[in-house]
Amino acid sequence: MEVRRSFETQLNSLQDNLVEMGNFVRRMLQKAMKALVEQDVVLAEEVVADDDVADAMDINIETKCMRLIALQQPMASDLRVIGTALKAIADLERIGDYSVDIAKTAIRLSGEKYFKPLEIISQMAKMVDTMIEEALKAFVERDLELARKVCEEDDEIDHLYKNLFDELLDYMRKDPNLIYQATYFLFVARYLERCADHIVNVAERVHYMVTGQLLQLAPSHRSTVEENEYKGEAGNHKG
Amino acid sequence: MSDYIKLETQNVNFYYGDNKVLKNISIKIPANRITAIIGPSGCGKSTFLRLFNRMNDILEGARVEGKVLIDGVDIYNSHIDVANLRRRVGMVFQKPNPFPLSIFENVAYGPRIHGLHKKKKLEEIVENALRQAALWDEVKDKLNKSALELSGGQQQRLCIARCLAVEPEVILMDEPASALDPISTLKIEELMQELKEKYTIVIVTHNMQEAARVSDFTGFIYKGELIEFGPTPDIFEHPRNKLTEDYITGRFG
Repeated sequence: MEVRRSFETQLNSLQDNLVEMGNFVRRMLQKAMKALVEQDVVLAEEVVADDDVADAMDINIETKCMRLIALQQPMASDLRVIGTALKAIADLERIGDYSVDIAKTAIRLSGEKYFKPLEIISQMAKMVDTMIEEALKAFVERDLELARKVCEEDDEIDHLYKNLFDELLDYMRKDPNLIYQATYFLFVARYLERCADHIVNVAERVHYMVTGQLLQLAPSHRSTVEENEYKGEAGNHKG
Repeated sequence: MSDYIKLETQNVNFYYGDNKVLKNISIKIPANRITAIIGPSGCGKSTFLRLFNRMNDILEGARVEGKVLIDGVDIYNSHIDVANLRRRVGMVFQKPNPFPLSIFENVAYGPRIHGLHKKKKLEEIVENALRQAALWDEVKDKLNKSALELSGGQQQRLCIARCLAVEPEVILMDEPASALDPISTLKIEELMQELKEKYTIVIVTHNMQEAARVSDFTGFIYKGELIEFGPTPDIFEHPRNKLTEDYITGRFG
């Protein structure tokens, strides 16, 4: 393991950066949810500002990947680590963006009393948080079982999303005054559902990185509420 | 023709005296494809290459076990005419080795020793071979100049032209670009892509990036054993064997 020490060091640092970025967007999501639940505008604004940091991390990692490819001609597992990083940063960056969307929702709704406690949304957020933690751990430890688990957990997110969708629609039908708030809650649930899809992508990349096989580990994660209810929307749901 | 097996070895062992250099190698090399053989220095890859034109025979104490087949025929059979075999199986070496003759005579040499003497026909063969070797435009006005005046990259393409002039079926290349500058290397690599339409090419190289760039199939030989053989993208993206992985990622040590 000594022949390419300098390359090895750079490759390890790349992986550290990826995990760092993963933890950073995970923290953004946690803060955004806390800001939403506790109606904390200051915290929400902090998340909005964090986006620049996440974007800078994204660009830094991409630059490092391109440089390693150009200068070191990586092969086999080294190449797969770099390919994984290149794809994963795009997914992590999106999770950062959705966190910002949630934070902005928190700011928008900050002056209103919520018509119901955010139970299912909080539950979804907690699950997504666990999925991010697990996907990063699976990446660091090359843990295929854990990567697979992340993909399976996505089904539960989809299930919660569907239930919440039905419930919120019900509220809106019964009381049109709730439409404004309920629609925003629906958006938040949707953001969380998308975050879960992105972290599933990361987990699938971990599988590729370890085995060399590109697989759709969670084909079911494509099926979401809109696809069931409005077939025309199906095109928006990319795996 | 894509699945046609041009070259094959079956359980080949090769010895120099008591030294077993190749161990039980079985491989099927498809026609009209470029097959690269990679491996560390001294692993036996050049010896492996020379099985196919019986170049190893020249060495004292050399002995082959198993079968080496071309078009399904065992070339170590006593009926085989080795001179004819070497016409069918051309070879290009690491260092360009043109004869100290004119450019024209270098290319005409092979057809002449195979009995061709008609000037018109020879001129046609020389032009054709030089064109195929992507050298014609550079030398057409100085065919009578000494081949030794050409640059290293041009000399190597001349050697390829010399090899093509006797209409081989297989071209063996032993580190054909390792003594060349990067541009000449890329020219040779590009040329190989054109040549594979007509010939079966086997190349031995230290340079893994070169193997990855040019070949369709790659075999990894280590300590005389064929460790892994498969489509080049598979070998370089996700090799199955740990030894292959360690070698191509540069972690032998």
